Amino acid sequence: MDFFNNHNKLFGAAFLLFIGLTAFVAVLPAINNEQNNAPLPGSAPLSEEAVRGKALYVSNGCVACHTQQVRNVDMDKVWGNRPGLAADYASNRRTDFWRNTATLMGTERTRPDLTSIGSRQPSLEWNLVHLYNPRIVIKQSIMPAYPWLFESKAEPAKEDVVVRVPDTFQKQGLTLVATQDALDLVAYLQSLKQTELPGSTVSPAFLYQKQEQKSEPTGEFTPSKTEISESGQMLYATHCQACHQENGEGLKGAFPPLKGSTVVLDKDPSLIVNIIMKGYDAREEYGTMPAVGANADLNPEQIAAIINHERSNWGNNAPRVSVQDVEQIVQKIKKMPVQ
Amino acid sequence: MAAYLGGIEIMDLAATLQQRKDALDFTLSHNELSGALPANDHKGLINNVEYEAPLPFVARKRKAHVRPKVEPPLSRLITWFVITATFWLVFGTTVGEYIGIKFVSPDADQFSWLTFGRLRPVHTNAVFWGWASLAMLGLGNYVVPRVSNTNLFSIPLGWYSLILINMAVLLGTLCLMAGINNGGGEYREYIWPVMLLFSFGLLLTLINFFKTVARRSTKEIYISNWYIVSSVIFAIVIVFVAYVPLWQNGLGETIIQGYYMHQGVGMWFMLFTLGIVYYFLPQQLNKPIYSYSLGILAFWTQILFYKLIGTHHFVFSAIPWWLQTVAIVGSVGMIIPVVAGTTNFMLTFKGAWYKITDSYTLPFFLTGILFYFTGSLQGTAEAFRSTNLLWHFTDFTVAHSHLTMYGIICFLLWAGIYALMPRITGQEAPQITVGAHFWLALIGLLFYTIPLMYGSTMRGLMWMEAKSFIDSVSFMAPFWLWRAIGGSLMWLSHLFFAYNLYRMIVVPGTVDIKETAFEKLGSIDHVS
Repeated sequence: MDFFNNHNKLFGAAFLLFIGLTAFVAVLPAINNEQNNAPLPGSAPLSEEAVRGKALYVSNGCVACHTQQVRNVDMDKVWGNRPGLAADYASNRRTDFWRNTATLMGTERTRPDLTSIGSRQPSLEWNLVHLYNPRIVIKQSIMPAYPWLFESKAEPAKEDVVVRVPDTFQKQGLTLVATQDALDLVAYLQSLKQTELPGSTVSPAFLYQKQEQKSEPTGEFTPSKTEISESGQMLYATHCQACHQENGEGLKGAFPPLKGSTVVLDKDPSLIVNIIMKGYDAREEYGTMPAVGANADLNPEQIAAIINHERSNWGNNAPRVSVQDVEQIVQKIKKMPVQ
Repeated sequence: MAAYLGGIEIMDLAATLQQRKDALDFTLSHNELSGALPANDHKGLINNVEYEAPLPFVARKRKAHVRPKVEPPLSRLITWFVITATFWLVFGTTVGEYIGIKFVSPDADQFSWLTFGRLRPVHTNAVFWGWASLAMLGLGNYVVPRVSNTNLFSIPLGWYSLILINMAVLLGTLCLMAGINNGGGEYREYIWPVMLLFSFGLLLTLINFFKTVARRSTKEIYISNWYIVSSVIFAIVIVFVAYVPLWQNGLGETIIQGYYMHQGVGMWFMLFTLGIVYYFLPQQLNKPIYSYSLGILAFWTQILFYKLIGTHHFVFSAIPWWLQTVAIVGSVGMIIPVVAGTTNFMLTFKGAWYKITDSYTLPFFLTGILFYFTGSLQGTAEAFRSTNLLWHFTDFTVAHSHLTMYGIICFLLWAGIYALMPRITGQEAPQITVGAHFWLALIGLLFYTIPLMYGSTMRGLMWMEAKSFIDSVSFMAPFWLWRAIGGSLMWLSHLFFAYNLYRMIVVPGTVDIKETAFEKLGSIDHVS
């Protein structure tokens, strides 16, 4: 055909088809999205430190392994209370003259999603230790260590933030101190929380829910003992282990041991349920514990499984708690006035 | 009996006996076929004669056809494209190999410039914009004028574009290692001044190619040039859309990101490489391409469907649901160009399959084509919502990108380079090291991808069953080790490739006539 033998017409046609489709699938949807979305009313802008921390997050390529998107599928429930919305990303603007917008949604989840890491792991102590070398707190972790965000000093100044790490991880006789960069980065991580939707808005549903296995209505459904201990171990690994460690011994100077802990072994489970649901910051020598139970929306069965796992491992030997007891305590906590 | 003996004539008897004796004494003279004349190739028909052939350690393949020399200025340009491309291949995969090791040994080093998050984009960008792009352009500088039956429009333009692209990759690499990047979008990590150099390089290439096609002495534009010239146009559009700061706020950035990362792969690397195959494959098989119209069908459908599929990287995200659906539909549509292209290449092979055993370039072509079919269809399979549940966010994507960028693009580029360089320099690489390159690359790729695909499928299942995340990290350890092993083999194969390129470029044992002559004279003086 003559049309195809004319280079102007041939490549002109290919070019027009290409930019037409580009407009349709990229440019117009992007502009439309930009114009029709605004940050949620409840969302707080990043603090100055968090802005600097985000720049560090970008420059060290954290997005290569950490996503920041809770998809609307059931399996992503562990990473947030609701699926992400376009509005969640609306406050991201061009970084500066040199650098593009950093939405940081990511495409790889080699390591955990960080959408709500600020609620899941708000502890400054944990984050600093983990950044200095992740394997201090999570021995299976393959995250890089970031020692250049820290300094070793013989005599730390008064205002220095001291990071307590095991002796094997630092030089003898020196004290490890967080630089401003490390504090900025943690400030950014602490700022990562899902904003609550305004009052009347219903959050979109998580899709592909697993079908609940319905037990026979007549016979009572009682899970076997091994099932309970397995789920207790799994839940402990997900929610507790990063600080209190797999062996229950915690980390000296950072996270208290559960092995032999009077709180864990106490016959009355009120205090431990309280701590799990509301967090704890009563002891100065240890880091702050977040409200793990409330953040992850744990139900009484799950809380009981965790407590029973802690009560029957590492040489601990305390009577099991029942789901009913836990449920009563949780109800009581919920009725208490919000502080 | 007595009567019979009496009846025989003596003369007859003697003749018969003599005849019998001659028959029994007969031996071959050993020149029955050659004749008695000494061998002489009056018309110069015989090449590559080896008088003392060594014991063949590996199967011997046919040597490259001797072709008329390519004009030296173009030769030099192409050779430098291929040399710098190979440098970035070795550099980029050394980095890739090292970050693969970091999955197994995360404390291998603790320097900020070598941290995983900074090196990962160094690896991907170096092999994309450094290795693959430069290799494609090098081959393109040969193919575009050749199928237009004319000379390249401008040699200097080619040099400028070579320099600009190399500068972009060098600067980009330094920036990334120093922690300066564009915001974290994959393959968009170079900041805009760096990418500006790259796109200037592309723009000069486009002018050069387009003007070459414009002054072609053939009536029609050969299909290779459809693919090659279009892909350069598209790459410029893609980079423009991705870097202009007009539609990048909020989720707009992510929509553009999906578009950019996938168009870069499909409209730049894949389209250009297909153009190269449409020239070199028929040429190496010494047959015309099976069907011109299948090639045209694949061309238009590739533009139509590939264009749509970018956001399939963000299925279930906050991106508009309809856009995700369009991407999935486009991914299914991709079956058409992939099947059309593969069919076309395979049917070109038809009747010439025996040539594969005889050639050291055709195995590269065949491997690339097979991965083109399987890898592309795997991409379609990954795009559905149900499969996204299982595979999205896992290393399955990494395995897929290596099956395609490596299995398709790299193998086809190597095929083209092994076919082209002997024409340019008259030198061939030793067949045994070409074989080592091929097998190490292929086996390495399979070691890399198959365990990774299996492991990440299981990891996806663990996530769906809400197992603890850290358990899924521990679970991957053996598969990451396999990845490092496969990666090491691939990396080793690139050293062989670099050596082969050296052997194809450097003429061995050149004799400096002047110096030798003076030496000879000197020694005569000494004797007398």
